[in-house]
Amino acid sequence: MRETKYWTWHMAAGVVIFVLLGLHMTTMHMGGLTGLFVSHPGEESIARVNSQARDGQLLFTAGYIILLGVALYHGLYGLRTILFELTLRPSTEKSVSVVLVILGLAFFGLGAWAAIAAHTAALVGRG
Amino acid sequence: MDQIIREKRDVVFHIRRYTPEKDREPRVVAYKVPVRQGMTVLEGLHYIKENLDQSLAWRYSCRMGVCGSCGMLLNGMPMLACNTQILDIATSALTLGPLPNFEIIRDLVPDLTPMLEKHRSVMPYIRREDEREINNPDGEYYQSPEDLESYLQFSFCIKCGCCMAACPTLATDLRYLGPMPLAQAYRYSNDTRDGSGRERSDVAGSAHGAFRCHYAGECSRACPKGVDPAKAIQHLKRQLVASYLRLGKGKKPCAKQGPPASAQRKPNIPEAPPHTVAR
Repeated sequence: MRETKYWTWHMAAGVVIFVLLGLHMTTMHMGGLTGLFVSHPGEESIARVNSQARDGQLLFTAGYIILLGVALYHGLYGLRTILFELTLRPSTEKSVSVVLVILGLAFFGLGAWAAIAAHTAALVGRG
Repeated sequence: MDQIIREKRDVVFHIRRYTPEKDREPRVVAYKVPVRQGMTVLEGLHYIKENLDQSLAWRYSCRMGVCGSCGMLLNGMPMLACNTQILDIATSALTLGPLPNFEIIRDLVPDLTPMLEKHRSVMPYIRREDEREINNPDGEYYQSPEDLESYLQFSFCIKCGCCMAACPTLATDLRYLGPMPLAQAYRYSNDTRDGSGRERSDVAGSAHGAFRCHYAGECSRACPKGVDPAKAIQHLKRQLVASYLRLGKGKKPCAKQGPPASAQRKPNIPEAPPHTVAR
């Protein structure tokens, strides 16, 4: 049942990525058209001022951390599946899983720290 | 409309042969077989054995597409030799080989043991908690025609291994359960008489179980009995996820029904003889 749980979360992560990545793309590439999350309409969506303004919003910081988490889980589970299809020994499979979990947690920690640091910097800059 | 070919025509059988004790690697040997309309590949192999080369080995039994013994690779497709007419797939040349994704015992004989072990691992039988009833049944489990329809096609499987040979996932992951065992896991999980809880789900949903299927669909294309294992695996995935998320009403095995209370024995039917062995 453990694999069923992993696979269900893998599928759910795919749906969350679809929504959050869609939001990211809309914000970054269609900001000029929609005007969504563009605090300085005269500037590009990807301009530093607009980027800093978004970084200062808790919603965006939380969204990026969630996107990072689900993308890492989705991608690393997919990689694990590909590796498992190479008929590995059970001990090697276990090692692969442990390495991927450590790798995932490390990347997540680094990414979350970067997002929080950007959020804090934006708040300090605003103040 | 195609004309019926009544005269004999020579078809060259290019057979992949291998004797592990003798050969370092498989080799292809050609045999010229006079073929008439309606002749099956199995009959062609018999012709070779009787007239050209007695050392050729293959497996067969029923000759009518029921036992599933004569599965082999014909012109690159896993098929039953007894169920395939030569002129349907070849005009002048035909290639034959053992089923891929299996070890070769000799020539066209694959070692089906891993498949049968995987099949056994999914517990392909009705399981219920009432052990006494299983061993000494004294009633019937009611099953509606709709209940039967939900798994009937998967019970037509003859375990020939054609689906396993066609599966691209099994080609790289030898520990993958494969289409036949997974389809049988679904067949029994979907049977209303079955009451197995997590045991079968744990095997079917393991790291090399249903979720490794990429839905290439080759198993369903190769099945000589028209079973759709790919469909069974997708249903099995849904069943496993629903069970994990506790969606749906959950599975409860159908209740046992006793004999009809109002029925009366017809006068011309004699009583059953007494037991000869003490129960």
